[in-house]
Amino acid sequence: MTATAGHKHPDYMKIFWALAVLTVVEIAIVFLPMSKIVVGAALVVMAVWKAALVAMYFMHLRFETRTLGAIAVTPLAIATLLVFLLLPDGMAVDHKTQTKKAAPAGAKH
Amino acid sequence: MTTDAATLHGAVEPTETPLTPESWGKLGMWVFLVGDAVGFGVLLASYGAMRATSADWPSPYEVLGINLTALMTFLLICSSVTMVKALEWLSKGDRARCRLFLLATAAGGAIFVGLQGYEWSKLIHEGLLISGNPWGSALFGASFFIVTGFHGLHVTAGVIYLIATIRWVTNRPDPAASYNAVEITGLYWHFVDLVWIMVFTFMYLL
Repeated sequence: MTATAGHKHPDYMKIFWALAVLTVVEIAIVFLPMSKIVVGAALVVMAVWKAALVAMYFMHLRFETRTLGAIAVTPLAIATLLVFLLLPDGMAVDHKTQTKKAAPAGAKH
Repeated sequence: MTTDAATLHGAVEPTETPLTPESWGKLGMWVFLVGDAVGFGVLLASYGAMRATSADWPSPYEVLGINLTALMTFLLICSSVTMVKALEWLSKGDRARCRLFLLATAAGGAIFVGLQGYEWSKLIHEGLLISGNPWGSALFGASFFIVTGFHGLHVTAGVIYLIATIRWVTNRPDPAASYNAVEITGLYWHFVDLVWIMVFTFMYLL
């Protein structure tokens, strides 16, 4: 470590405002009269966007090597893969619970 | 030949690979965070699976309420800004300001944990327990406490980590000597913020 300024510092306040505005939009969109799928998709896109801003600028991933970037996105790939692995299972059980729900009237959980 | 190779070896510089970093500590923290991210990823993915397979999952933002959590989200984003500012001041050689901003970051984290404690006790009082709740599937409460609890533990550890880093900076008169340590602390802290962004979206808003 020779120099203190390891890399240049981006305009952090810009990132802060982007994160703040995205958070406000996220909260507002929940109460909008739109289909649940549209709202859900928008929320996921905004969450990933915010996470990317934090990783790229606050965690300086933008100024690191490509290899470190590849390491950093691995968990996202694994988590996404896991969602798709669980998806067919979820659909199968959902079908069962729907029919089961109809049978006993006063079922307690 | 073997002795030749052995004597040569000592003089040879370690081979540069694409992975050879400017700081091993930084790479170490990244590898830890990647593992931790898989942990949170699995928790959130299994939360989604449980929710998808449940016929009576409560509507999270109606049960949990998002006013307080929105404030907590904002607080964590602010603490991330004070963290990067601490590093920026240190790079300019101002150790006093760096420590002040690190302290502000730790305070933000401590308030976050305090608010979470308040939120938990309020929800427990309303009947949200690991074993069940008045609104639907018992897994709702169990997964809520596990995921937010796991994250809360990370914030608590982060506050302790930040205080240790303040000490580290205090003990080193040369700002350059602690730059790496503060940057690595920042990586951990921003990761905790990043995870909360995900938890807030997937467990409160969706």
